[in-house]
Amino acid sequence: MNVLIYLIPVALFLGGVGLAAFLWSLKSGQYEDLDGAANRILIDEDDDEKIS
Amino acid sequence: MGKIALETQETLTAGRSYDLSGNCCSGGAIALGDAISPAADLDDFINADPTAFAETDQDGNAILHTLVENMHCANCIKTIEQTLQSNPSVLEARVNFSTRRLFLRWRPEGVDVSDLVKPVIALGYPLTPYNSAMIKSAIAEKNTHLLRALAVAGFAAANVMLLSVSVWAGLFSEDMGPATRDFLHWISGMIALPAVAYAGQPFFRSAIAVLGAGRLNMDVPISLAVILAAGMSLAETIQSGEHVYFDASVTLLFFLLIGRYLDNAARSKARSAAERLLLLKAVAATIVLPDGKFKTVSVEAVTPGTHVRVMVGDRLPVDGEVVKGRSDIDVSLITGESLPSSVGAGDDVFAGTLNLSAPLEIVATKTGDNTLLGDIVRLMEAAEQGRAKYVRLADRIAGFYAPAVHLLAAGTFIGWWILAGSWQNALMQAVAVLIITCPCALGLAVPVVQVVASGRLLMKGILVKAADGLERLSEVDTIVFDKTGTLTEGRLDIVNRDEVSVWHLDLAARIGRNSRHPLARAVARAGKGAGEYLEVEEWPGEGLRSLFSGKEVRLGSRAFCGVRDDASSDIIPGPELWLSIEGEDAIQFRFQDRLRPDAHATIKNLKARGFKVDLLSGDREAVVRDLAENLGIENWYAQKKPEDKVAHLKTLEAAGRKVLMVGDGLNDAPALASAYVSLSPASAADISQTAADFVFQGRDLSAVIETIQVASASRRLIFQNFSLAFLYNVIAIPLAVAGVVTPLIAAVAMSASSLLVCLNSLRLKLQGKGSTG
Repeated sequence: MNVLIYLIPVALFLGGVGLAAFLWSLKSGQYEDLDGAANRILIDEDDDEKIS
Repeated sequence: MGKIALETQETLTAGRSYDLSGNCCSGGAIALGDAISPAADLDDFINADPTAFAETDQDGNAILHTLVENMHCANCIKTIEQTLQSNPSVLEARVNFSTRRLFLRWRPEGVDVSDLVKPVIALGYPLTPYNSAMIKSAIAEKNTHLLRALAVAGFAAANVMLLSVSVWAGLFSEDMGPATRDFLHWISGMIALPAVAYAGQPFFRSAIAVLGAGRLNMDVPISLAVILAAGMSLAETIQSGEHVYFDASVTLLFFLLIGRYLDNAARSKARSAAERLLLLKAVAATIVLPDGKFKTVSVEAVTPGTHVRVMVGDRLPVDGEVVKGRSDIDVSLITGESLPSSVGAGDDVFAGTLNLSAPLEIVATKTGDNTLLGDIVRLMEAAEQGRAKYVRLADRIAGFYAPAVHLLAAGTFIGWWILAGSWQNALMQAVAVLIITCPCALGLAVPVVQVVASGRLLMKGILVKAADGLERLSEVDTIVFDKTGTLTEGRLDIVNRDEVSVWHLDLAARIGRNSRHPLARAVARAGKGAGEYLEVEEWPGEGLRSLFSGKEVRLGSRAFCGVRDDASSDIIPGPELWLSIEGEDAIQFRFQDRLRPDAHATIKNLKARGFKVDLLSGDREAVVRDLAENLGIENWYAQKKPEDKVAHLKTLEAAGRKVLMVGDGLNDAPALASAYVSLSPASAADISQTAADFVFQGRDLSAVIETIQVASASRRLIFQNFSLAFLYNVIAIPLAVAGVVTPLIAAVAMSASSLLVCLNSLRLKLQGKGSTG
């Protein structure tokens, strides 16, 4: 069962990374404009530079 | 790559052409609106002067928050942001598409904010600045907090469950040593305890608050079960015991937080839509300085005695007396009358009314809370306080459920202590009872139904503003309607269209489109009004005058057009307008405030469902009687003042009736606040929308039926959910009391009952789909 000694920390670490990433995205306001994000993906920025 | 880009372009174009047929898009929304209907309702948006709303942030840059209209797609976002960013002094321009708001930050040196936003407005996106302090909503903050708690609980639940499954597997295979088991328990505890301490806060706080008030709600048993489960598991772990409930305590929190978050998110969505309607109407006041210059200030800064200039199309910011100018004032929000009244120097005017035809200068007599508007607000607040505090269904159930559960746990503890002799073991069993009875399914029973119901209503354009609105609505047996703007559309339309030639109608429309007077607007709506622009002169309170191919054309009142009083043989009471062309006979247009298209069907349907229907109006008796007879409403009351309306509702209430009030005017606001539950159209006065529990958009009155239907369907579902939860308890409690429940059984039983409740609630969505096809 010695394998648990490092497998459990690895599992917790990976879970923790996910949690931290979520909390960061929440804090940086990525959940404030969900409809906008869905639409912004359609904006083709490379194209604009050629036109303008 | 080139091909993909091309396709994207095509998709965008296709999307655009589709949008054009509807409501959109991409620059030129106003021009488009004009093409479809000459008097596009777009000029109803108030383009308040943004100068008064610009603020300065800590870096010395200027910031402005505005609402954006006509934003429909990705192209709109791009157009608005790029237009603003093309100005070199703009530092940041960010559109929030979900809330339809724009945040603008720029270097203030030598830049006038009006020039900054003008290009965007010119593209067809009306911007309405607002005071950001007005909507710093606590709900959004609570939402973020809940989401964070949900993330922590989810993380803990997943990891602890992983460890628990290993422990249970070890118990079955009987080859896990006690040392390994204790090790896993310790790690579970180290994850679960901080998680419970953090993620449980929303429940703990609410539980402490109600206990302080001497009542009980669902959060009390929830908090108690979670804390006891965690605490007992810790004690067990220290004594290297066999059964710990760390997984149950965090999973419980996780499930309950999902319910709580959904509930809150749905409400904040509805709230933000309602807020937006409010903000659209917030305006600044233009005051006249002693040296004759104008200055834009916020309404709060206006004091009695100040001279205020009111432009055409603006709402009056204060009560006052007209000093200069002559104009028509739309008072429909205050009295419910659809025809505007004409005012001149010396007349009293009231805050909240709309200036229609010419600029006015008024001297403020009353401001802020002292205005007529303020009086109505006070009346409304008084009515709201008088409204009996409704106790929500879930809390009512918690009122007897919580003590029962606690007594049961206490009984188990005493019973096991006497029978088995060990108090530690007895405590274990008592806590097991608390955990198994913890109202997980009960906690989800109401919010899940509510989220599904609000979602279904939102698709029909109905916003649920009050959290307990649906519960109250399902108990209603009497419906009281207001007339103007509720049963009718609140706007006048031509009724004798067939008697007038198309050419005359079009000419009248071309003249009429220059005025904001409701009658002129009605003519403009009816005719096409195409053709070159006509120079039109407006005579406030009388009519419009113009020159058309060398002849004088007048559109206005009987006297203005030189028509004798007996000119029309069949005089029908009601508003009229005359069109006179030099050397020709004058032509009469007659108008009527039309009923909403499905008013007949709706009233009939409601009566068939056994509701008592009343009509309560501030309008004149003859008009109200006609309408009531037309719709088949037996109980009608005319010329009711706001306080009379409240009194009428009080009488109904005293007779044991539960009243749904449907109304829109400012004069209805107190009644809306005092009714058992209330509904108002989105065209209503802002204050009425604040008072109402539901707001519906669109012209169809059938929204009333839809809302009632959904409310009673959700009530049924909530009761089913409670029954399911109780059924689960009836099976699980004896097992817990008998002491045969292990953490594994608790986890399975809890999840299964929660899932069952959620699935049952989703049936409401299926029903909605079924009925709409």
